[in-house]
Amino acid sequence: MSATRRTMLTYLGLVVFIFLVGLWQGPQNITLLLAQSIAYALIALGLNIQFGYGGLFNFGVMGFLMVAGAATVFVSFPVKPDFWGSDGPMLLGRALIAFLAGALLVWGARHSDKLGVKGAWKSTLVVVCWFIAYVLYRSQLDPAAQYIEAKSGWIGGLGLNPVLGWVVGAAVVAVIAWIIGKVTLGLRTDYLAIATIGISEILRNFVKNMDWLTRGTLTVSPVPWATPLPQDLQAQGVSIDNSFIYARLGFIALTVVFLVVAFFLVSRAYAGPWGRMMRAIRDNYIAAGSMGKDVTRRQLEIFVLGSVLMGLGGGMLVTLSQIFDPSSYQPINQTFLIWVMVIVGGAGNNWGTILGVLLIYIIWIVSDPIAQLLFLNLSHWTEQVGWGAIPEIDSRSLQMRVFVLGVVISIALRYFPRGVLPEVVRRDK
Amino acid sequence: MDQFIFFLNKVMVPGLVTGSVYALGAIGVTLIFGILRFAHFAHGDMMTAGSYFAWVMATALAAMGIVLPIPLGFVVLPVSMALTAGMALFLDWGFYAPLRRRGAKPVTLLIASIGVTLMLQGLVRLVFGSSTQNFFVGSEEKVIYRIDLSALGGTRPLVISQPQIMMWIVTAIVVLALHYFLTRSRLGKGMRAMSDNPDLAQVSGINTQLVVIVTWIIAGALACLAGTMLALDVNLRPDLAFNIILPIFAAAIVGGLGNTYGAIAGGMLIGFAEALAVFNWTAVLRPFEAYLPNGWTFPDTLSLVPPEYKLTVAFVILVITLLNRPTGIFKGAST
Amino acid sequence: MPIIEVKNVVGGYGGVPILNGVNISIEQSDIGVIVGPNGAGKSTTLKAIFGLLKVTSGSVLFEGKEIANSLPDKLVPMGLSFVPQERNVFTSMTVEENLEMGGFIRRDDISGTLNEIYDMFPVLKEKRRQQAGELSGGQRQMVAMGRALMSKPRLLMLDEPSAGLSPRYVLEIFEHIVAVNKAGVAILMVEQNARQALAFASRGFVLAQGQNRFTGTGPELIADPDVAKSFLGG
Repeated sequence: MSATRRTMLTYLGLVVFIFLVGLWQGPQNITLLLAQSIAYALIALGLNIQFGYGGLFNFGVMGFLMVAGAATVFVSFPVKPDFWGSDGPMLLGRALIAFLAGALLVWGARHSDKLGVKGAWKSTLVVVCWFIAYVLYRSQLDPAAQYIEAKSGWIGGLGLNPVLGWVVGAAVVAVIAWIIGKVTLGLRTDYLAIATIGISEILRNFVKNMDWLTRGTLTVSPVPWATPLPQDLQAQGVSIDNSFIYARLGFIALTVVFLVVAFFLVSRAYAGPWGRMMRAIRDNYIAAGSMGKDVTRRQLEIFVLGSVLMGLGGGMLVTLSQIFDPSSYQPINQTFLIWVMVIVGGAGNNWGTILGVLLIYIIWIVSDPIAQLLFLNLSHWTEQVGWGAIPEIDSRSLQMRVFVLGVVISIALRYFPRGVLPEVVRRDK
Repeated sequence: MDQFIFFLNKVMVPGLVTGSVYALGAIGVTLIFGILRFAHFAHGDMMTAGSYFAWVMATALAAMGIVLPIPLGFVVLPVSMALTAGMALFLDWGFYAPLRRRGAKPVTLLIASIGVTLMLQGLVRLVFGSSTQNFFVGSEEKVIYRIDLSALGGTRPLVISQPQIMMWIVTAIVVLALHYFLTRSRLGKGMRAMSDNPDLAQVSGINTQLVVIVTWIIAGALACLAGTMLALDVNLRPDLAFNIILPIFAAAIVGGLGNTYGAIAGGMLIGFAEALAVFNWTAVLRPFEAYLPNGWTFPDTLSLVPPEYKLTVAFVILVITLLNRPTGIFKGAST
Repeated sequence: MPIIEVKNVVGGYGGVPILNGVNISIEQSDIGVIVGPNGAGKSTTLKAIFGLLKVTSGSVLFEGKEIANSLPDKLVPMGLSFVPQERNVFTSMTVEENLEMGGFIRRDDISGTLNEIYDMFPVLKEKRRQQAGELSGGQRQMVAMGRALMSKPRLLMLDEPSAGLSPRYVLEIFEHIVAVNKAGVAILMVEQNARQALAFASRGFVLAQGQNRFTGTGPELIADPDVAKSFLGG
């Protein structure tokens, strides 16, 4: 059957599936699910650009989401007067200056060959400058961090519109992606995957421990919304049950605009000359390079563009959940989940990616209650048999998600290596 | 003298312990990479599964009332290692071999191994719960030796635990055995040949199927050994593995993927780097305070890296190595 | 019965076939040499025999038995052996270990054969503990040949054994090949150095575009003006 028919039939099946799940789980849950899915869809589209279009193996998605979330919190959380009123900003300012000075020092060292410093001398100089920069930065940052944590807990936010937070988050992620890309994109594919995992773990460690910035393990909540909150609606007289539904629908209405625009732009780009060039590079890296196309620059472009979408989605996720909890960022929950979505849905195919998001996310969420049912029944049986009830059913059921995710990706790789909706390769006339 | 003992207790002992665990894990990873040409991400979870096998058997033995001078976890090692080797073979048969037959790229296999990781992790936690267990079953307790060094002028003891000593002994034996296997036996040399040049190995008539089987057996057995040792030294937790997979990869990459001796060196390097990075240098430098100019003192803690960032050390080493010398400090298999 | 027969073989790496109906036949005592322009399918023929690519039609018979599309590690115990053109030694292993790998399939004591190889290639004996990767091109080629001979094959196939070698080594390699043949091993080789190789070939095959063009003994082909003009570079 043709690709379009296949797409439509699969989506029909998906809609039926969502409807059935909605019946079972109830309208509050299904609206929450859909709202989260839109954010994930943006993130997955971002990964699809990087991997599906560009062939880049970014396994550091979690790190990007975390940074975007932190930025969104900083921009949108209400202002903390006791921070701004204290010496905190000035100390932070000095730390920032130290950071910039250190960065300048290292940059200078790396380009010192222009001043005639070469070879082993240059390497030593670079290492020494890194060390000095690090010590300088720490000397300013540590007292600042301690002071802030003691005086006001953390730096609070800027109290601006969450949507601005999302945009800022995307911008910050883009900058970080640019840096990471510049440094790592020359690596072989599986090395790149490992390197990005490593970098995102480093990022996670930093964000988790920077209590002064993100409140660390104490978490930040509640993060404000751009659209009315359930509480706001309740104040206007809406029933509690309905308030959740309507509030989430409102959130969806806002975010779906972003998704549609992004989808449209990305699909147009794919069909155009830029997209063709990207695919040429992805499919035959060496040949494309020899044709004179600046391969690394293009790859960097793709990497940054994809990360922008990831940043938007990451910010949305944090705003939606109203909590920023650094320890909730685990590679499984973020990086691997998104990868499964893209691979199962169909890498290189935007419709496939959206399908993957909805399908996988629902399976992911639904595995928990199904497992609970299973365990409860099993527990009754073991009690009757005399072995006693099964302990910790709640946390074990949560693990079912992980297991199911693993099964899904194994099946997908084996039987749907190109995804449920594979990339449609247009024969260019 | 006390400072030296402090250094030994806080750097040498933990460094050797972590280093041995990393080394054993890295050997498995590097063998799989050299012979099967992919990064086996599920290795950490193989270690966890192996340690749980050992724990279950040890618990069973304890329930039967068996008490021995060495921890039961050790005693059941041969059986649990065999079980883990069998599991490794099963995983290959079920998940990796079908993809290999289709000519899958290394990254596809990496993703497949991530799928296996998720399944193993989920399964272990489903069955055993998420809580931490003490590996010493029944009435066992960890035996700790406090070696009195007052004869040499020290006032504090050197602290080493029994599992740690056993770990070093076993690691040394395993490394030697592996060395002999790889350099003296026909099959071991066949493995090295296949790691060096898989096409030529096939053309020479080397039984590549057999080599693959032996590779998984060794990798599985060593993973179980490493996981059990670690659990005996610290404690048994379901995410024992995930925290370790990246340092192990770092060790394998630093040592040169495919190079077994490099993996051992890499493991030790990273183990010691972690210990050195979080070490509080002030304690050692305290006696030299007298030589500092008037009024200067050392800060209370002077460590390169705050303890919370300990895991970061391995990642940083990994990233630096990948960026500067992806083939590793020692020569590894050509990519 | 010919030791190896390639009958109308069509095959390639998937997609467009490189071999379009190739016919080769040599006896146990022959030195067979395949020559021809680039892209003619010379190396591809050897790889087709050795199961390294897909044969889509035709048959390959070794001592009368069909072996097309077999796996290489099944062919070595049957008595075939192959020396690839590139990457034909285990660079990280010693010379002696390389030879041992050649004898991997043998269950009996290989030290006898090992000594025979050392007699044939004295320089290998001298460098037996050196890493193969450190040897010169000509010495590596000898290691590669020695490795292939360790399994006591009845048919030895070589892909451009003189490639990249200095003239002195080219001569030496060819002398060794003739000696091996005299000791009872059939030789089938592909060569770019057409004239020199054909000089001692008892069967010569000129291929072009995946098909046979000329067949005869080596000296016959050298003497043939058509062959000389088109394929032997004058």
